Amino acid sequence: MAKKEDELTWKDLEIGAIITESGNASQYRTGDWRSQKPIHDFSRCIKCGLCMIYCPEACRYQNKEGYFEADMYYCKGCGICYRECPTMVITMEEE
Amino acid sequence: MSQRVGMEVSVAIGETVRLADTDVIAAYPITPQTHIVEHIAELVADGELDAEYIPVESEHSAMSACLGSAAAGARTFTATAGQGLELMHEVLYVASSMRLPIVMTVVNRALSAPLSVWGDHSDAMACRDTGWIQIFVENGQEAVDNTLCAFRIAEDNNVLLPVMIHLDGFHVSHVIEPILLPEQEQVNMFLPKNSYPLPLDPDKPVAMGDFGPPVIYTEAKWAQEVNIRKSKETIIKVWEDFGKSFDRYYKPIECYRCEGADTLLFTMGSYSETAMTAIDKMRSDGKNIGLVRIRLWRPFPFKEFRQIINNVKTLIVLDRAISFGGPGGPVCSEIKSTLYNQINRPKIISFIGGLGGRDITVADFEEIVDRGITIADTGSSNEFEIYGVRE
Repeated sequence: MAKKEDELTWKDLEIGAIITESGNASQYRTGDWRSQKPIHDFSRCIKCGLCMIYCPEACRYQNKEGYFEADMYYCKGCGICYRECPTMVITMEEE
Repeated sequence: MSQRVGMEVSVAIGETVRLADTDVIAAYPITPQTHIVEHIAELVADGELDAEYIPVESEHSAMSACLGSAAAGARTFTATAGQGLELMHEVLYVASSMRLPIVMTVVNRALSAPLSVWGDHSDAMACRDTGWIQIFVENGQEAVDNTLCAFRIAEDNNVLLPVMIHLDGFHVSHVIEPILLPEQEQVNMFLPKNSYPLPLDPDKPVAMGDFGPPVIYTEAKWAQEVNIRKSKETIIKVWEDFGKSFDRYYKPIECYRCEGADTLLFTMGSYSETAMTAIDKMRSDGKNIGLVRIRLWRPFPFKEFRQIINNVKTLIVLDRAISFGGPGGPVCSEIKSTLYNQINRPKIISFIGGLGGRDITVADFEEIVDRGITIADTGSSNEFEIYGVRE
């Protein structure tokens, strides 16, 4: 997409707002929905990856040290990772 | 040269769908539309029409199947009536906003309750804002002709919108009329193959009906509005081309004996034919009156309306639907808003009648006109009058 979405005019849209470019749902910043964010204490982390498996947004990735972080562009702050983490690495903090 | 053949209008519509070489029909039977889809089912079963006939479990599914079919680039037809059209309702918006060229015959039927299978325009009016092109016809020949035109209008790449052809339940659908069915060659000349520009295609994938967040929804809706307004040019052009090919001409609004009239009666649908007879009678009685028959309901022909009301003192509008608790008849309120900003606007009198299949005769039209002229002279505190209701 050449233009950003907030620069698109009605004339830029395909007929019926059809999407011709694959995978552009990745541009959707679901992180906007968040009212609280996950905070990590990696000293407790056993790198089991359950937070990554349970994350409904699939926004968790493994960093260079092997710990699992949330991509804040997509993280909706649902708190499922906090709930599922067996070693209580994660706490949720109001934004 | 084609010959006039006596046939039921519903059957004639089915034959037109065959002549148009329709690819997919997804439909659910409902009175008074049943004979149309029944006849098409027979044509497909007998091998006279090479098409997919999808017998669905409801009208909601019928229209949903039509979405998929049209999205794949297939020529797509369905038909319904009354409650069936209402059950389709949410999907109608999807068809128009995804710009899918579906053609649908709507055999206009009153809405429950009390249950009525007979005709009026309540179902059509409930679809007024769905973004479909809506064309009203008055008889079987017009239904045949406009069904052909509907495919061409819908599939024109400048339009790409679904089209409803409205005909009155029983008064048109179940009548046996002498119909001129066009020859296959004529149809092939008039109606090119469907060429939807962005069909579902595994080699060139697209996604339709996607999520439209607030940042883009307004732009999508404005694009849709600009498109349907602009479609009027193509509709008129298709009707002109049809006239050149078949020598039968159609216009957004049709004037009958309007020359020099100081009173105009407005009707839409099959009752216009009775009204024409009434106008002839009133003209011969020395009344200075004409008839305006509305053919194109959406997009509404604002310009054409404003052009014909010069020097007219009184407009009398007959609606066959009620906007409950609102301004009365939907057609009349549209005409009022069309003319409100005119400097010399006529008095506009709203009548509602012909509900749930009740006839309006020539004598009834004369009475409506007399009453309308009286109200125009004396004024009335009512938004509208309902004609013929027993007090």
